[in-house]
Amino acid sequence: MNVIIEQYSVETKDDEVWQLSLYIAGQTPKSVRALANLRAVCEKHLIGKYKIEIIDLMKTPQIGRTDQILAIPTLIRKRPAPCVKIIGDLSHTESVLVGLGIHPK
Amino acid sequence: MKTIDNSSLAGHALKKCPTGIQGFDEITFGGLPLGRTALVCGSAGCGKTLMAMQFLVNGAMLYDEPGVFMSFEESETELAENFASLGVDLNELVAQKKISIDYVYLDKSEIAETGEYDLDGLFVRLDYAISSTGAKRVVLDTIEALFSSLSNVTILRAELRRLFRWLKNRGVTAIVTGEQGNGMFTRHSIEEYVSDCVILLGHEVVDQISTRRLRITKYRGSAHGTNEYPFLIDEQGICIMPITSIGLNTSTSTKRISSGVERLDTMLGGQGFYVGSSILISGTAGTGKTSLAVSAVDAACRRGERCLYFAFEESRSQIVRNMKSIGIDLEQWISQGLLQFYASRPTLFGLEMHLVNMYKKVNEFKPQIVVLDPISNMEAVGNFADVKLLITRLLDFLKLKNITLLLLDLSNVNHTEKTGIGVFSLTDTWIGLRDIELNGERNRCLYILKSRGTAHSNQIREFVLTDQGIDLLDVYTGSGGVLTGSARYAQGEKEKAQRLLRQQEIERKRREIDRKRQLMEAAIIDLKVTFEAAKDELEKIITQEEVQLGTQDKNREQLATVRKADATE
Repeated sequence: MNVIIEQYSVETKDDEVWQLSLYIAGQTPKSVRALANLRAVCEKHLIGKYKIEIIDLMKTPQIGRTDQILAIPTLIRKRPAPCVKIIGDLSHTESVLVGLGIHPK
Repeated sequence: MKTIDNSSLAGHALKKCPTGIQGFDEITFGGLPLGRTALVCGSAGCGKTLMAMQFLVNGAMLYDEPGVFMSFEESETELAENFASLGVDLNELVAQKKISIDYVYLDKSEIAETGEYDLDGLFVRLDYAISSTGAKRVVLDTIEALFSSLSNVTILRAELRRLFRWLKNRGVTAIVTGEQGNGMFTRHSIEEYVSDCVILLGHEVVDQISTRRLRITKYRGSAHGTNEYPFLIDEQGICIMPITSIGLNTSTSTKRISSGVERLDTMLGGQGFYVGSSILISGTAGTGKTSLAVSAVDAACRRGERCLYFAFEESRSQIVRNMKSIGIDLEQWISQGLLQFYASRPTLFGLEMHLVNMYKKVNEFKPQIVVLDPISNMEAVGNFADVKLLITRLLDFLKLKNITLLLLDLSNVNHTEKTGIGVFSLTDTWIGLRDIELNGERNRCLYILKSRGTAHSNQIREFVLTDQGIDLLDVYTGSGGVLTGSARYAQGEKEKAQRLLRQQEIERKRREIDRKRQLMEAAIIDLKVTFEAAKDELEKIITQEEVQLGTQDKNREQLATVRKADATE
């Protein structure tokens, strides 16, 4: 499982609220898992400063086009900048942390 | 033995989706398989995207079937520019909801893969695009781009399989493009999933000439042409020129047209060439082939017919200028739009491209006469067999349309009865032009080697280019062989002089007869006169003698009487 991601310094202000959008296509086992995993990570590392938005492409398909969503589930971190895209059900927690640029405390 | 009756199965036969691409629908007997997915693969730059685009555009504009173009490589603006090269305003079509463009972009560096996923996002997008336009045609170009963005090949393959099944269930006719891999049709072997129809596009360079070829390697459920078909890409997109066997089933005309040279018409059984026939004019350099062909063209334009002249050696202006010297004005026909020239060097492109080009020009201009001047330098571009094949296909195509074809061939001095490429067996009429050398002169001659369907003269005629056009004169055959040129003239003069002499001789003899008659008559009169004179003389003598005779008798009687008197007493 190779994860290639460029390292850039994430300058987070301590009080910036993380905006995370999870794109799913209907309630599937993968989506449910992804949501659960996401919540777990956020509760562990981002307490109090995150906001999860769930976008169901079955309901709003045109968003998939504008946001260029191919794989489901996809997690996009909109804030803080820059934008990061993570696909998969987020079961590999370490990759999730690396991808989001979260340094475990 | 029972034969299988296919008529009952006709309803289940594979339906086709016409692509509208020139020639393609013919070789597939209808188009792509309807409701199935076809794979178009080939190396870079061979026309896959173009073919897919044409499929959609034709669907929208000709068959009223909206389409979806899902692009994995080019953005919407780039696509709009590419479509513009086909003369299609993509934005307009999108606005009219006839085509929907979806640009799928995945940058590998932006994504992290963190577990299991599927490509439902793609499905949703595709589904949305199809539903919003009511599309019946879909293009995925090129789906292999996903392989470079996503690293989980297992998931990817599974999803692709699912995608193609999904497309089939949706009932859309789809084209998927793929780039050719080493020894396989596509780099990632997606041809395994797309099993209904595989089309291979190729681009070959031989002897510096490049040719594009298309081949249908697989077409399940239907007959199809299996050969490699050369094609052309031009401003209307892809154009294929398939060989057909229809050429041998055409109906033929019995109409005749003049060749432009009256004497030649009479040599051909009185009326000239058949409409829709093919005429080969062969001769060595400088024998007047172009002049003869142009005479025929001139005659045709005069009748209001259109002519298309393919010149492979001289430019249009050169031919026009040269023909002025024999009194033929081609400018007038050009300006009236009855004559069109197309001049190019044969080495400009490959043979197949020449053929497809000719095919297109004929379809556009719709001429009644086509001239190829000359066909011999086509050998610079292909070998003997290929050029003959090109001529065969062109002949078939033109016969189908009842267009008369004139082929000009430069034949070798050594081959007097063969042309360099054996085309003579294909054409209906064969006219030979030859130089005859005698007495330090070379004069041109024309003779007809064959003329299918008409009686033809077997005489050699001297072929003279005057400033009022072409003249065919009888040659004199003397003891030294065929006499042409000044020898013919000399002979002609000699015979004229002889004729004059003879006539004079006849006159003289006639006069002699008269004279003799007069003499005879004079002599007769003379004889008559003499005769009369002699007669008179003789008659006079006769009278005298008679008188004498009478006197003698009287004397005797008197004497007798006197003597008697003496005796009787």
